[in-house]
Amino acid sequence: MVKSSSLRTILLSPRGGISAIVLLVVMICAVFAPLIAPYAYDIQSLRDANLNPSWKNWMGTDEFGRDLLSRMIYGARTSLSVALTAISISVAIGMSLGATAAYFGGAFDRLVTAAVDLTWSFPEILIALILIAIIGPGLNSTMIAISIAYLAQFTRLTRVQIMALKSETYVEATRSLGAGHAHIIFRHLLPNALTPVIVAGMLATGDAIILEATLGFFGLGAQPPTPSWGAMMSSGTAQIFIAPWIIIFPGLAIAITVIAINLFGDAVIDVLDIRRQLRDS
Amino acid sequence: MALLSVTDLSVSIGRLKPLDGISFDIGKGEIVGMVGESGSGKSLTAMSVMGLLPLIGGKMTSGSIRFDGIDLATLPEPRYRALRGRRIALISQNPMTSLDPIIRIGAQIDQVGILHLGLSDAAAKARSIDIMRQLRIPEAATVHGNYPHQLSGGMKQRVVIAMALAADPELMIADEPTTALDVTIQAQIIQIVVDLVRERGLSLMLITHDMGVVAQACDKVVVLYAGRVAERNGIDAIFGEPQHPYTRELIRCIPRHDQLRGSLTGIPGAVPSVMDYPSGCRFHPRCADALDICAGAIPALEQKAAGFAACHAAINAAGKVSAHG
Repeated sequence: MVKSSSLRTILLSPRGGISAIVLLVVMICAVFAPLIAPYAYDIQSLRDANLNPSWKNWMGTDEFGRDLLSRMIYGARTSLSVALTAISISVAIGMSLGATAAYFGGAFDRLVTAAVDLTWSFPEILIALILIAIIGPGLNSTMIAISIAYLAQFTRLTRVQIMALKSETYVEATRSLGAGHAHIIFRHLLPNALTPVIVAGMLATGDAIILEATLGFFGLGAQPPTPSWGAMMSSGTAQIFIAPWIIIFPGLAIAITVIAINLFGDAVIDVLDIRRQLRDS
Repeated sequence: MALLSVTDLSVSIGRLKPLDGISFDIGKGEIVGMVGESGSGKSLTAMSVMGLLPLIGGKMTSGSIRFDGIDLATLPEPRYRALRGRRIALISQNPMTSLDPIIRIGAQIDQVGILHLGLSDAAAKARSIDIMRQLRIPEAATVHGNYPHQLSGGMKQRVVIAMALAADPELMIADEPTTALDVTIQAQIIQIVVDLVRERGLSLMLITHDMGVVAQACDKVVVLYAGRVAERNGIDAIFGEPQHPYTRELIRCIPRHDQLRGSLTGIPGAVPSVMDYPSGCRFHPRCADALDICAGAIPALEQKAAGFAACHAAINAAGKVSAHG
């Protein structure tokens, strides 16, 4: 597990520290959006459409005259909540599946491995598009689609870890003291397998933000007027020559957030020295 | 009546038959030594009693294991689970890897009491610290909050013993509890275990390959060779008049201070592999007293003096045996 001394090392390294500050800012925007945003995200004023960035509207306005900065701040809320919820669901289901498959082995293990490898063989975007085609667009479908798209990764990573851990002597020792399967899996095996899965989950959150933005760009994610960075970029394409800031600012936000997540993840991986475990899955 | 009674136990793993007709009893309050070289089936016997054979892909093919009147061979898994740790506890071989590295020592001992005795967290903690003190772990309350990597091997082994004792079992199985430790603390650990077992009137099955440890601690001895019982007897008879040539060889291997330099030898040859056991008596290729019959017929475990031995030579030529003894 992450010790406080490791955490200090991560935060004091240049990339760890800078990326942590960026992520903190994005998270504060997401959590306190109604307090920070200068205007409501959905108030239209067609007279003020496509205004240049100014002191009144720091990032300008969009084609309906809505304040872009306010929409950016609310957009952070959409992007982060969708990505984090989806990845949390994915990690929870993936860990349970991978752990039980590895622990009990046999036909169940082969079934899980085959199913998971099947989804692993398609790009995430394709899986997400197929799922949304089935269950219809919207924020909830986006979450479900993203969580299933990344399921294979966490299942495989957990399975490999548990495979190695289940032959440890302490598992046999715990059984010989009368512990049941659930106790062994949840108290002993999963906690020992947790670190690499958490880090993989963190890195996947970055990918999930891009996937959410992509789906939003296609109009399959958040439905108007709910702001999402991907959908904002999509509406900005029409205005790209008149009001380029509408597409530039959400694009920058996505890029900076994802880069920060990846840099922070890299710093964690280096400090915890788990690069090999992540690669092995 | 014996607390644990193993009769004609045979175990197979795939096509291999590593245990073949093992029988022995452990009475209440008795310490029984289980000796033999590596691969003789000592640990497998322990796994069979604990009902953990499926973990290594093994299966009981015949015989019975009765514990306090309960037939363990047919006991359903949920009831077996309630028995493990509660009435029969195993002290495993390697203390270095028998503890979960990311859970505090104390919590690992506590959970046995919580699981089996239904104690509250606080009561389980008090009880664990008390047991740790009895095992002479210094500053037990501090160690209770430590992680396994902060302890020495000897301390870890005491913690493993504390886990086994935590639910007050009636039978303890100690599988080579000191093999992984420094020689200087081996005797100390054995002595602590034996004292506690005697004090509480527990029964102990002590698995070891060290005849010195057996002489120090046990009431009775079961000598295993290549998956069969070679000899079974009380401690005095085993050392006083060993019947089986293998037992004599084992005793000869105990180093003594008045021995001539260079005269310490092992038993010639090696333990046969389970893939390729010799016919007849499995010890005959290494036996100095082997007769013609030994290669052909399996010797039965027959009553001999106060104990039992499975040896053609011992049965046929009693005079010759006593001359050796």
